Amino acid sequence: MSALLKIENYKAYFYTRRGIVKAVNGISYEVHPGQTVAVVGESGSGKSVSQLSYLGLLPSPPLRILGGQVVFDGSDLLKMREDELRKIRGDKISMIFQEPMTSLNPYLKIGSQLIEPLVIHRKQRKKAAWSAATQALERVGISRPAQAMEAYPHEFSGGMRQRVMIAMALTTEPKLLIADEPTTALDVTVQAQILELLKSIQKETKMAMILITHDLGVVAGSADEVVVMYAGRVFERGSVDDIFYRSQHPYTQALLRSTPRIDQLEKELPVIQGNPPDLSQDLVGCPFTTGVLTRKRFAN
Amino acid sequence: MSNGLWTDALTRLKKNKLALLGAAFLLLEVAVFFLAPLFSQTGYEVQDLEMTFSAPTQLHWFGTDSLGRDLLSRVLFGGRVSLTVGLLASLVSALVGVVYGSLSGFLGGKTDNVMMRIVDVLYALPFIFLVIILMVYFGRNFVLLFVALGLTQWLTMARIVRGQVLSLRHKEFIEAAHSLGIRKRKIILKHLIPNTLGPVIVYLTLTVPSVILEEAFLSYLGLGIQAPLASWGTLIKEGVDVMDLAPWTLFFPAFFLSATLFSLNFLGDGLRDALDPKGARD
Amino acid sequence: MGFQYLFKRLAIMVPIFFLVVTLVFFMIRFAPGGPFSSEKSVSPAILKNLEAKYHMDEPLVSQYIRYWKDLLRGDLGPSFKHANRTVNEIIQESLPVSVELGLLALAWAVIIGVSAGALAALKPNTVYDYVPMAFSLLGICLPTFVVGPVLVLVFGLWLQWLPVAGWESWQDRVLPSLTLGFAYAAYISRLTRGGLIEIRGQEFIRTARSKGLTESQILIKHSLRGGLLPVVSYLGPALAGIITGALVTETIFNIPGLGRFFIESAVNRDYTVVMGTSLLYFTLIFLCNFLVDLVYAILDPRLKYV
Repeated sequence: MSALLKIENYKAYFYTRRGIVKAVNGISYEVHPGQTVAVVGESGSGKSVSQLSYLGLLPSPPLRILGGQVVFDGSDLLKMREDELRKIRGDKISMIFQEPMTSLNPYLKIGSQLIEPLVIHRKQRKKAAWSAATQALERVGISRPAQAMEAYPHEFSGGMRQRVMIAMALTTEPKLLIADEPTTALDVTVQAQILELLKSIQKETKMAMILITHDLGVVAGSADEVVVMYAGRVFERGSVDDIFYRSQHPYTQALLRSTPRIDQLEKELPVIQGNPPDLSQDLVGCPFTTGVLTRKRFAN
Repeated sequence: MSNGLWTDALTRLKKNKLALLGAAFLLLEVAVFFLAPLFSQTGYEVQDLEMTFSAPTQLHWFGTDSLGRDLLSRVLFGGRVSLTVGLLASLVSALVGVVYGSLSGFLGGKTDNVMMRIVDVLYALPFIFLVIILMVYFGRNFVLLFVALGLTQWLTMARIVRGQVLSLRHKEFIEAAHSLGIRKRKIILKHLIPNTLGPVIVYLTLTVPSVILEEAFLSYLGLGIQAPLASWGTLIKEGVDVMDLAPWTLFFPAFFLSATLFSLNFLGDGLRDALDPKGARD
Repeated sequence: MGFQYLFKRLAIMVPIFFLVVTLVFFMIRFAPGGPFSSEKSVSPAILKNLEAKYHMDEPLVSQYIRYWKDLLRGDLGPSFKHANRTVNEIIQESLPVSVELGLLALAWAVIIGVSAGALAALKPNTVYDYVPMAFSLLGICLPTFVVGPVLVLVFGLWLQWLPVAGWESWQDRVLPSLTLGFAYAAYISRLTRGGLIEIRGQEFIRTARSKGLTESQILIKHSLRGGLLPVVSYLGPALAGIITGALVTETIFNIPGLGRFFIESAVNRDYTVVMGTSLLYFTLIFLCNFLVDLVYAILDPRLKYV
């Protein structure tokens, strides 16, 4: 099966007054239909920027795309004009974000926001879109969907708001869903429910998902492939088993070691020493070792 | 703590070019206006009926008005009146505001609630009407004028001061001082006042232009400063009456009024930003 | 359920109104030079009117009740200076003029203010931002009685495009309403700019963009509602300001509105007109503020449940 999304040597920098920030510095990986690819990394690793940038969701300036390809469904997104990208956003590629509290417009009814993708991309009339959206709410597990459509975001809890966001992203049956830390702001139990929901929807629709997260527990439960990012680069790629049991890169290993484990309650949590490097400075060699006290050199 | 606050603020203020410009203009203006009587010969009242409506010349730098009076002297005199009224009224408003606000904040609880409710309600009223009514009933008294004007502006000051007092009351160093047995009065003098001084100065600077504007407003309508005195408001009125014949009689007082208002506003904004850089910026 | 706080506000207004009316009553009664004071300096005709109106031989309490009765019927009493006119007549003739002037000024203020502010917010830190904001600075700092004459000078006397005074044709209405509205356009443009910039920085705008909405859709449907809230809450004070500003504007342009008569009455010490008109103005302002609060509550759904 050919790749739905193929990112090849993609580079995007921020040109700021204080210098050039190389937020995405040559990344490559693929996503296949029905697959869940987890993009893992610390804050500042570039995992969010790498997705937002090729969709035209970051202000440009200061962002500039420097090279590479992001081929989706046969076309290179980087070569598209804004109006062509806009047709894909919300239709073939949908996104859900981290903060359900602030990602929904507090001044508009839920229904009003839910019908937008259908009205814009499928040219449906408001009535038809409204009932389709109501059904979508039911699908994601919101009881009394008709009343929910008339309500405002602040009337819902965080978990329910995230379900609403998912419903909103799925009405157009996108081929790819980009989920940017969808469960980070939620309780652990709610986390599990949301991830279950996403999985079941993928089973039905063969939708691919890019799951951006820094939580390895989420990765273990939901992903097929894992991409480990650091300082704008991909350090390691592979299946979940590859990464968890046979990881080759010291950073990945350090990440795994620093994950809290229930069977190791007494020990102190190992911390990855040093800070993530300043991406506005050019880095020689492996960016990880320059941020860490170890002196071993590793081939990438 | 206080030293660091002030020097920081001063540095920030120095970077604000508009504020500095405003401050410079004001200093220059006050100096010229209040020292001028020591030098100038032409009185502001002297009429010269042969030279009415003359455009600016070497003798009369700003020209003359409908009665042949030297406009420069009149603008200087009017400026002194306007600035004095502005300052005095602002001090009145600051006094009332500070007393009311600190009392409310210090007493706290229900009293504070009631006092602030009153402020909320009064906020909606256009005080200018009250001033006009006072003027109608009690005559056009100079002292009454700036007291009345001062009373139109104390609300904001009261709110600010109360806010400061409330937040300071609970700060640790107050409790520390209190626990050391220092009397309440001393706490107020040594701690509360220096810390509220900053915002008070800022809002004082912003009150002055509002008051000057209101005085000019009243005087323009004939309800403020009365002849034989003059202020920028009365001068502008005289200028408007003859502006087709002698536009300079409108231009000069209007220019000085506007420039003074601009400068005060820039300076006040600058002070406010200097003392509270966290404040939301446009 | 949620409009409770509005009713609370209304509840406070009632005792305040009561207080104000009582004050007004006493101020009219004890006006210096009036029929109740020792030196009666009013003309005999007026004295007759006043005595007939206020029944001064009756005890104070019944005079007070009578005043309330008249007030609730809308009767504000006779003029102190014009023997054959009542306050009501004066108001009836001149209020419509002032209302028209005020509404036109408000229209200018909102249209110019919101457009300029929106433009500045969409292209911040460019010339589309600096120029409107510079003008708005002028509007905020320059008083109405400076702006008015300057406009008259430029457009009326030098360019001769528009008439200078009066209230007959539609051209007469342009300069006065523009003068009155200018300062408020300035404030509104700043509030709009600030409000829109803040909204556009919010995450839900990014969500909207990710759904494929166009920039204008984002502006109109998502940004304006929240972004204009500061403007809506400003409308209360703006209306109060327009009312006071009209006093000067009507004087400058010689417009037969309530403001101009109010000022004349103040200068002439016509106590009943001054107090009656002030009462009317205060009531109007209270009502407008209340209306604004209502609109704000409707626009911000989060408040409904406070």
